[in-house]
Amino acid sequence: MELYDLTLKEASEKLRKHEVSSLELTEAQLRRIEEVDEKVKAYLSVTADLALQQARLVDASMYGEASSGSSQLRSPLAGIPMALKDVFSTRGVRTTCGSKILENFVPIYDATVAQRLKQAGTILLGKTNMDEFAMGSSTENSSYFPTHNPWDLETVPGGSSGGSSAAVAARECFFALGSDTGGSIRQPASLCGVVGLKPTYGRVSRYGLVAFASSLDHVGPFTRTVEDCALVMNCLAGHDERDSTSINAPVPDYTKALIPDLKGIRLALPKEYFVEGMDPGVEQAVRAAVTKLEELGAEVDEVSMPHTKYALSTYYIIAPAEASANLARYDGVKYGLSDVDAQTMWESFFQTRDKGFGKEVKRRIMIGTYALSSGYYDAYYIKAQKARTMIKGDFDKVYEKFDAIICATSPTVAFKIGAKANDPLAMYLSDVLTIAANMSGVPGISVPCGFSEGLPVGLQILGPVLGEEKVLRVAYAYEQATNWHKQNPPL
Amino acid sequence: MKLDLKVVEDVAHLARLGLNEAEKEQMREELAPILDYFEMLNELDTSHIPPTAQVISVQNLMRPDEVRPSAPAQEVLANAPFREDNYFRVRPIFEK
Repeated sequence: MELYDLTLKEASEKLRKHEVSSLELTEAQLRRIEEVDEKVKAYLSVTADLALQQARLVDASMYGEASSGSSQLRSPLAGIPMALKDVFSTRGVRTTCGSKILENFVPIYDATVAQRLKQAGTILLGKTNMDEFAMGSSTENSSYFPTHNPWDLETVPGGSSGGSSAAVAARECFFALGSDTGGSIRQPASLCGVVGLKPTYGRVSRYGLVAFASSLDHVGPFTRTVEDCALVMNCLAGHDERDSTSINAPVPDYTKALIPDLKGIRLALPKEYFVEGMDPGVEQAVRAAVTKLEELGAEVDEVSMPHTKYALSTYYIIAPAEASANLARYDGVKYGLSDVDAQTMWESFFQTRDKGFGKEVKRRIMIGTYALSSGYYDAYYIKAQKARTMIKGDFDKVYEKFDAIICATSPTVAFKIGAKANDPLAMYLSDVLTIAANMSGVPGISVPCGFSEGLPVGLQILGPVLGEEKVLRVAYAYEQATNWHKQNPPL
Repeated sequence: MKLDLKVVEDVAHLARLGLNEAEKEQMREELAPILDYFEMLNELDTSHIPPTAQVISVQNLMRPDEVRPSAPAQEVLANAPFREDNYFRVRPIFEK
């Protein structure tokens, strides 16, 4: 067993007992990256020098005399090497968002989550690949290169946080952060066989997260185990006055929610989530997981969420509409790419955006602008916002009687690179089981629940608003009763 | 079914998005089925349903308007594509 095979929790315990140093963990991860990232391509940039320097500092403060009472000693994340999706602003470290328009952009401030992780003493290994501006479900829309799924290098890792999910699955970091606007944490977690949590809307600050669709964007962790997820959430969650959508509610110790049985827990199984076109192997794995949850003491009942089938259309109006407004800022004036040949300001806007944005981003700007334009605003945008109310209503109704909803995370396992590249609608359907949670703001996790055709399947558990503890408890009990999370990809 | 070329050109203009001829043709073909797919929302009777813009109840957060330090000009300008002294340099807005 190599150091990089340890879970976050195990690595943290070894650090605390002085059996290993942060520098040793960091060097082990950097060697691992050197060894496998040529094949996986999870990282857009590796900040090796910075990581080694940070690790030495943490070691000095953990071992040194000067350290006594330092807050860095208190966090279980102290000294742990991790990765951030390249959508988070990192002071002094290039942040591209997977786009050519930000190819040389170096932020002057840290995202709140980057800041919190820095204060906890974590070590930034680098920034991970993603679909450009988080728009995609396969990481093929990165303007740099596609990322490969560690379980089968010819398949996609999911997206848009595919770099983060692949890095965790390939053990190229102990944990990673991603963002989830329509499933971009849970779907890649499912496809790569790792744990991915999208918290409640507002639970984790989005300050410094490059905006895609502001009413739907969430920040959350990728880990190898549910316990590791709880440890990272303890660091991320909390109010931030710099994010006006941040919820000011007390943050529990999420590790207290990790109870290995489900006595008294009521779970809803929505029949609409077994969609047409679902892989038989995925359905089989999820049905088997339901049986396991019942064995653990949960009461499972089938429910109906009748507006589920409208979620995809609703999402693909609202998200592009918000994106078209958010991406108006990329005009080549204050930062980012700027076309050098343009003679006038207007010409410069058109040419900068033509050269800087990739195909999918342009497509979404077009859809969003269309939906917001006069004459179509009521028929598309307002109609979608009303449908959103009905979709959210389905969730509210279920949570009156149930603690959580269970379903598959993705209707299929990882697909071949290129398979859906020329059919945008088929690609959008990858998100069909995850997007409703973004529209209602509820927390959701994906945990490994088996394999189909040799590729990982994810079980999705959705809780009520601020019900992260319920979600973690169900996920933990299931994980402890199974061995899926202990499987490693053959790299 | 393809989208009208004029619709594609008008929308691209509103978004200040340059598209070459091939891209315009591709948009005409790819956007039509996506917009068709949205039609299913018309099955929903939303006449008495209020729209949802966002899902949390927090609204209009207020704080005292106090002077705080802001980022130094040199840092802010470090990412500027074109600059002159402590200013962003832009191209002419009005044609000569």
